[in-house]
Amino acid sequence: MSEVKFSKEHEWIKMDGDTATIGITKHATEMLGDIVFVELPEIGSSIAKDGNAGVVESTKAASDIYTPVSGEIIENNQSIVDDPAKVNSDPENEAWFFKLKITNKSEMDSLMNKEEYEKFSKESGN
Amino acid sequence: MENIKTALYNLHQKQGAKFVSFAGYEMPIQYSDGIIEEHKFTRSQAGIFDVSHMGQLFIKDRDKLVENLEKIFPIDLKNILLNQSKYSFLMNQEAGIHDDLIITKIKGGFNIILNAACKNQDFEVIKRLLNNRYEMILHTELSLIAIQGPEAVNIIEKTIKGPSSLKFMNGNLFKYLDANIYITRSGYTGEDGFEISIQNEKVEVFVQKLIDNGAKMIGLGARDTLRLEAGLCLYGHDINIKTTPVEANLKWAISKKRLITGGFLGYEKVNSQIESGTKKVRVGITPENRIIAREKTKIYNKENEVIGEITSGTFGPSVQKPIAMGYVDSEFSNIGIKIFLEVRGKKYPAKVCKLPFYKKSYVKGAK
Repeated sequence: MSEVKFSKEHEWIKMDGDTATIGITKHATEMLGDIVFVELPEIGSSIAKDGNAGVVESTKAASDIYTPVSGEIIENNQSIVDDPAKVNSDPENEAWFFKLKITNKSEMDSLMNKEEYEKFSKESGN
Repeated sequence: MENIKTALYNLHQKQGAKFVSFAGYEMPIQYSDGIIEEHKFTRSQAGIFDVSHMGQLFIKDRDKLVENLEKIFPIDLKNILLNQSKYSFLMNQEAGIHDDLIITKIKGGFNIILNAACKNQDFEVIKRLLNNRYEMILHTELSLIAIQGPEAVNIIEKTIKGPSSLKFMNGNLFKYLDANIYITRSGYTGEDGFEISIQNEKVEVFVQKLIDNGAKMIGLGARDTLRLEAGLCLYGHDINIKTTPVEANLKWAISKKRLITGGFLGYEKVNSQIESGTKKVRVGITPENRIIAREKTKIYNKENEVIGEITSGTFGPSVQKPIAMGYVDSEFSNIGIKIFLEVRGKKYPAKVCKLPFYKKSYVKGAK
């Protein structure tokens, strides 16, 4: 089981070889409230680190999703487009957003581990 | 300046409220269930709303008050019955809306419910328009709560005897724990329900009783999705000082008799707009895609010209689709007309549609 890392934009990322699975954290869903709409990046598109990779829209507001590492999108999770409420119920497993082929593994180094992220999300307040 | 806390603040906290700053008040935006669950619970059972931030203005009746109020409000106050409520507006000379409000004739005068963000200014405007001749009280010792939903009538009747006999937009005085409380059958969710004006010291016990009898606290978030599904305007968004009741498609609220007799503030403008139409008008809008067109979203026609702007937009939890309201140039206001909404730089197709999005279930009947 590979380690899960976290970004300051409240995404989680799990590595499996060259493939990274990315979603948003439980903490992010609690801030957003009920999610009613998800827009995912297109398969085949290349997105640079911190680039825009979709949108989640809750009853309160729209928020951009960023990719914490650069790469090419190889899969996206249509099941959360069809049933956005899944993102609230299981954000860190079943409701992943997209998978990408990572181009620069060293980008992982600047991300937080679970402990660091928990501290960060607590300190960042809301 | 620190936000004002309502008398229910501690109860909100106990119920797991998340707070937001709203019109100078610390108000619950949602509780632990979240906006969608709260919305659905209100539609299927009964939700309790703390609306104590709203203004409760009493004007004491004396010499010619009715005549003088008719110079301000476009409703027939000479024929309003005791304990009857009417939806109306405070307008300026140009028929721009200062506020939308509910006026109820009670024993000894009139009660007016005002929006929180407007109430202090409304007080000054009304006082000036009445030449400072009447005693006016903006109550701070009273809380205001609403209970809304199909079960509201059973739950309130279990709590105090009597309100179930009230008709929509009618009220009366009731007793609760030796306190006089005033209840009207009204609300702003598209559901049957009641609004209760009650002393600050009694409100927590009363609301706890409603909870014990099966109702749940509902935050401002669900209040917004409920009222938008019901096609109702939110002041400061769907209506403001730059919109008139005719543009806002609210002319139903202007008394037919008063349209003939005139003599109220903004009458000339209202009358000419009814006769010759308005440049823009408020309409319901349904996006065809799963996008939410929020306030300030630009509206385009097929020729890619801007024809209006969204004033409220959300995802409707009961209708299970995105819904919105906004103003469009009148030539694009017919139901079914195809328009385009610009969201995050892309244009999405949408249609002008009938309001409300969700059918009301008010309990009407004899006066």
